[in-house]
Amino acid sequence: MGRYLSKKLAIYLVTFFFAVTLNWLIPRFVPGDPITSLLARFASLEGGKEILQSYFVQTFGLDKPLYAQYIGFWRSLFRGDLGISITRYPAPVMDIIKDAVIYDYIILLPSIVLSWIIGNKLGAVSGVNKKVDNFMMPVFYFLTSSPYFWFALVVSYVFGIVLGIFPTSHAYSATMRPGWNWAFIADFFMHWFMPFLTMFLVQLGGWAIGMRNMIIYETNTNYSKYMESLGASDKLIRNYGFRNGILPQVTGLAISLGTIISGSVLTQVVFSYPGLGYTMVQAIKESDYFLIQGCFLFLILMVLLANFVVDIVYMIIDPRVRHSYSGEV
Amino acid sequence: MKTRVSVLLIVALIVSSSAFALAAERNETLIVGGGPWSPATSWNPLYPSRTSATIGLVYETLFAYNPLTNEHKPWLADSGEWISDTVYEVNLRNGIHWSDGEPLTAVDVVFTYEIARDNELPYTPIWRTLEEVKALSLTKVQFVFNNPSYQEWQIELYSRPIIPKHIWKDIPSDQLMIIANENPVGSGPYKSGVGGADRIVWDRDDNWWGNEVFGQPKPKQIVEMIIYENNVALGMLMQRTLDLSNYFIPGVPSIKDAFGLTTWYDEAPFMLQANTAVLYLNTQRAPLDDAEFRRALAFAVNPEVIVERVFEYMVPTADPTGLFGGWTDYRDAEVVEEYGFYYDPEVAKQMLDEAGYVDADGDGWRDLPDGSAMSFEIIVPAGWTDWMESIRIISEHFRAIGINATPAFPDQSVYENRMFTGNFDMLINNYGSGVSGSPFSYWNWIANHNIHRDQVTEGNFGRYDNQELFDLIFEFNQILPMTEESLAVASEIQKILLQEMPAIPFWLNGMWAQTTSKYWTNWPTENNPVGYPSTWGGYWQFGTIEMLINLEPVQ
Repeated sequence: MGRYLSKKLAIYLVTFFFAVTLNWLIPRFVPGDPITSLLARFASLEGGKEILQSYFVQTFGLDKPLYAQYIGFWRSLFRGDLGISITRYPAPVMDIIKDAVIYDYIILLPSIVLSWIIGNKLGAVSGVNKKVDNFMMPVFYFLTSSPYFWFALVVSYVFGIVLGIFPTSHAYSATMRPGWNWAFIADFFMHWFMPFLTMFLVQLGGWAIGMRNMIIYETNTNYSKYMESLGASDKLIRNYGFRNGILPQVTGLAISLGTIISGSVLTQVVFSYPGLGYTMVQAIKESDYFLIQGCFLFLILMVLLANFVVDIVYMIIDPRVRHSYSGEV
Repeated sequence: MKTRVSVLLIVALIVSSSAFALAAERNETLIVGGGPWSPATSWNPLYPSRTSATIGLVYETLFAYNPLTNEHKPWLADSGEWISDTVYEVNLRNGIHWSDGEPLTAVDVVFTYEIARDNELPYTPIWRTLEEVKALSLTKVQFVFNNPSYQEWQIELYSRPIIPKHIWKDIPSDQLMIIANENPVGSGPYKSGVGGADRIVWDRDDNWWGNEVFGQPKPKQIVEMIIYENNVALGMLMQRTLDLSNYFIPGVPSIKDAFGLTTWYDEAPFMLQANTAVLYLNTQRAPLDDAEFRRALAFAVNPEVIVERVFEYMVPTADPTGLFGGWTDYRDAEVVEEYGFYYDPEVAKQMLDEAGYVDADGDGWRDLPDGSAMSFEIIVPAGWTDWMESIRIISEHFRAIGINATPAFPDQSVYENRMFTGNFDMLINNYGSGVSGSPFSYWNWIANHNIHRDQVTEGNFGRYDNQELFDLIFEFNQILPMTEESLAVASEIQKILLQEMPAIPFWLNGMWAQTTSKYWTNWPTENNPVGYPSTWGGYWQFGTIEMLINLEPVQ
């Protein structure tokens, strides 16, 4: 178990190093510099822009050679300092992320977990029941092939504009003030629902299809047939099939995290829902190096961490992995 | 038992606190969008990228400016005038005060300027012409110049926020632009409220000095929503969760009646005009270095088609001089008559033929006089859909007279980089052509003299080099406005720009504004000009505060 984990950890560390380095490098090689662009949009007195320009270049150390900037970047990273945003000067990148990331969590976590659980259950039912299957499969395929932003628009149009049940944008009403009271929580929930529903439904289809195929495959394997000939009940055979079928689904979860996060960026834009997604899109548009770095760093950490959790879960649910590393087999 | 008690306690807490859930009722709240694109991180009046409504709502200027009448309206000042060629005298209003109760006096005005003399701030360059600012009494200030830039001063008067000395004198020099100034002490009608990741909130200051002078703004709070896409703004207008939208929303003319939206004009052009969209031509690349060729291009494009197809008549075409609003006081009709351009592809073809730009090799495209082929790329940022559509049309029209032009859409940062470094053939831009109190700002942007360097950021992106024109624009700045002499110089500038055509003005972008009337009425419109419906940064002094004062809540 320790060997398994330490091997995984080493891989994650290497991945982290390269991902962070790339994410430092790429924005700096895109043509254009954030300060000139920022300043070009201000009306100012003759000569005023030069003063600001030199002030900024010094403040952000952009006049130093690249290698020095790179070393400085790692140095401050170890101190937990992600720098200061250029476009949202003088806010520290860490503060911007802290304010935004909570909105990502409350959409992503429930939608990933619930769609995975419910999708697998529905898929399992679909796999053994032909009637249900005939009805559900087209729905699953429709859901999984929908692009996030398109599905978000559909959800927004149907539930927001036509039925008028849910507000079409933002995290809570303009007249609300955040606080621990029912009025606010209810209002927050109403705003949260449509982005959540979008993320939930699009993911659901994929999991259900995967599970359905796995169940059909497992019920045709030799061990199932053997159990059947021994006279085991259908339910027992299905349960064994489910336990085996869930393994690739767990791996699938780890693999699809990247797609899910990019899907959430698009969903946030459609609903003007705050979060890292929009922050990042803006930062990239304006080549705000420090904010891009910070956002990506967070995403990298989130994806790696989620993968790590999946690895641990995998070990728990698959005895073969557990035993192979502890030398029992 | 213990858990039950704590659950009860929590419930009691929640129930009791729900009374504070609403900061203000919906009909006391004005919800707007279109100004900020990210949450507020700086309220610092000295830092130009502060959250945009800071100047206007919290900090105020000596004068406001009404772009509709082209008049300066006394704001903190009671009056102001040039009492000699080099001295501008301002009388402040009596009894005005900061939001912390301290009086706002001439001392603060002097301080606002002296802090820029003693430190490196964005407006420090004003001291190149300013000699001294002195307070003659608590309400009388004199600005003594050595060589005044009269035109720029007209803009300065409504742009510079006056800051309180008793607060800023204690801030160290190296902190002046760094501090976020989260709880700004200003003199304006609003204070910074509790915002969030997707909004900026302003709470009314019921103790504002202007309540007795101008009247009290009606909204108890203003919430600026940060909206990521124009169609979200449209959805919010339809749901009535937005009172005023300052976004460009395609299709407004056809849906406005169905959805009960109000615009400034009831008919075309629907919107007020905010800036001139010009096509910059890179004069450092042949044949765009040839004035005849540039002029021919101006005749080749029919901006009416852009107005109709792209903007659905929400913008008007530009005057050949590019001037609009108050700037047209300087427009010389005779010069325009003689040198102005208009859409006529035949004239364009003839000009090109005469200048030797003919199709030498018979491939259907005109070539350079020496016979070599020429082609052009027109760029605008990807995603700016209205401009993207516009340059498609412009390319079409160029192609119709045999000029091989194609549109291209690089990312915004790449577009800007190519613009600043002169690495383009043609591009549309409007960063510096915004409505202002003097055409100097437009001319100094179209034909800025600061072009001999790696990055050109202050305008004149095509790097058109003409010292005579630069001198004229400089001279125009230094002559008393609206004098015979200043009009003569203005005519000369227009003449050179039309003859030389370093940039072609095509249409006037709108001051986009759509309003809904479920919660607020008495919006400013053409027939009811009670203010200026804009929440863009730098536009609050144009009459947005008057709009807030004149709004009526729906009961």
